[in-house]
Amino acid sequence: MAETAETTPAPDERVKQMSAFRRALIRPELGGICGTIAVFTFFLLFAFDSGMFNSQGILNWSTVSAQFMIIAVGACLLMIAGEFDLSVGSMIGFSGMMIAIFSVTLGWPVWAAILVTFALSLAIGALNGFIVIRTGLPSFIVTLAALFILRGFTIYFPQLLENKTIIGGIRETAEGDWLAPVFGGKILTGLFDWLGQTGVIATFERGTRQGDPVVDGIPMLIVWAIALVIFGHVLLTRTKFGNWIFAAGGDAQAARYVGVPVNRVKILMFMLTAFCATVFATCQVMEFGSAGADRGLLKEFEAIIAVVIGGALLTGGYGSVLGAALGALIFGVVQQGLFFASVESSLFRVFLGVILLLAVILNTYIRRMITGER
Amino acid sequence: MNTRTTHQPIIEMRGIEKHFGSVIALAGVSVDVYPGECHCLLGDNGAGKSTFIKTMSGVHKPTRGEILFEGRQMHFEDPRDAIAAGIATVYQDLAMIPLMSVSRNFFMGNEPTRKIAGIPFFDRALADRVTMEEMRQMGINLRGPDQAVGTLSGGERQTVAIARAVHFGAKVLILDEPTSALGVRQTANVLSTIDKVRKQDIAVVFITHNVRHAMAVGDRFTVLNRGMTLGTAQRGQIQPEELQDMMAGGQELVALEGSLGGTV
Repeated sequence: MAETAETTPAPDERVKQMSAFRRALIRPELGGICGTIAVFTFFLLFAFDSGMFNSQGILNWSTVSAQFMIIAVGACLLMIAGEFDLSVGSMIGFSGMMIAIFSVTLGWPVWAAILVTFALSLAIGALNGFIVIRTGLPSFIVTLAALFILRGFTIYFPQLLENKTIIGGIRETAEGDWLAPVFGGKILTGLFDWLGQTGVIATFERGTRQGDPVVDGIPMLIVWAIALVIFGHVLLTRTKFGNWIFAAGGDAQAARYVGVPVNRVKILMFMLTAFCATVFATCQVMEFGSAGADRGLLKEFEAIIAVVIGGALLTGGYGSVLGAALGALIFGVVQQGLFFASVESSLFRVFLGVILLLAVILNTYIRRMITGER
Repeated sequence: MNTRTTHQPIIEMRGIEKHFGSVIALAGVSVDVYPGECHCLLGDNGAGKSTFIKTMSGVHKPTRGEILFEGRQMHFEDPRDAIAAGIATVYQDLAMIPLMSVSRNFFMGNEPTRKIAGIPFFDRALADRVTMEEMRQMGINLRGPDQAVGTLSGGERQTVAIARAVHFGAKVLILDEPTSALGVRQTANVLSTIDKVRKQDIAVVFITHNVRHAMAVGDRFTVLNRGMTLGTAQRGQIQPEELQDMMAGGQELVALEGSLGGTV
């Protein structure tokens, strides 16, 4: 700290030292905003004619981005609270499989299957959190164990019950259910019909759906993504609980000393991450009409990368839900954009690795700037 | 400054003993603290200072002995009980969270809320205003309430933590070696903050192993050595050299001091 004393100038000088540029740099969303602009500029220049920016194309990359966003919100708040969850991907597979088993194999009504699955996943999230808090082990290890345990069950249960690893027929079972459309439905279908009739968006020219607009509504997946991002952002920046999330991740012991219920905050964030994974899984199952044992593979890493691109620090205590949402948007646009631009899709992973590295370097630099470390 | 003739002690620790297994960390320590005084607790490393203040702030439960707070016997189950009673502790390294803004740090655990449509939101406008006001009173010029604590110096961080404790109604303020990691000027700032706080009739318990810092602000001095009290002295009745001797257990230091020419 003696070092800080030397390098910290008198208060008056410090006012001038902070330029507007540096102030902007300190916003956690900066990386996400720059990345988003760069990515859109790139694809507008090189893939504009490919159909990426007509109504179908937009729906395509929006849906993929929304998927990333849903899991990024949970991962972001958990990371700011100072923990990781590596079991997100397995949780997606597990939740989807549970819905399928409950509704198709056991014949429960779909709404009951969804509600019980949510309860189950929240309990698993809480258990993850509880083990981390109680044992004091790094969440990295505890959730790595959960990753394998959940994936194992996701493969074992359908084989035991149905002798296969994919359970289909959920769409038929969900017919007429009241809860299923909340995850698998679409909104604003009337608006899109009208847009199709007025010629703003294209309509099918032949086939059974002739005359219908090519995009007939906004999938609930996107609605969930937007709702979760708004919820997460407001929770983090505008509530008492949000302050506790920052405090728990910034320095758990200092937070405990002033009476912040750190353990409760962390466990709740594990539960939120599990909740987000289950929202993802339910939307996916309703869309595909089936659950597969390999669903959600590698999603935990994609969520973490989106969060880091969004400016969160891996060490916790700093980050932004809006930034994570932009990180997810960058992901979705690039993944689908490479497809539209006819680039080999395996290069997407190269892109992921490179952008992750750049984001972490930028974040470390910004963290040093905030805390005045040298 | 010392108002002990008119007041009861705000906190009295009587014959506190604390055993950790077979280790006796405190072997019967008695200390009383009056409102508006700065009571310095001196002792070398391992003397039992930390254990003693942790007993006072509810982290440890005493093995034997009693704690009287405002004349009533207290049994603190955890630090939150002590905080609720009005005993605030500022720890040297764990006072503030560097990545969070000053205003978020200031209200950490005590966030003001404002209801919008029945939902309690964190009232940041109020938090920012109060923080700026409190910081100005303590003589810290902030760039803005959203300035990160990481940009503050060590002394300023201690000051923010002290201001926070006072703002949230501390009657007893325990400072755990607030000056041990600070430079000269920052130490002076923290000591003047202690003086300001004492004038608000708050009891300050100032833990240090630096006799100069203690002599600068202390009203009374209690020296701990090997888990025992070596007595409490009034300001003016004791010389810094005597305190130093008591802390170090006397003998060894005499020889050392000769060779170092009185610099310790």
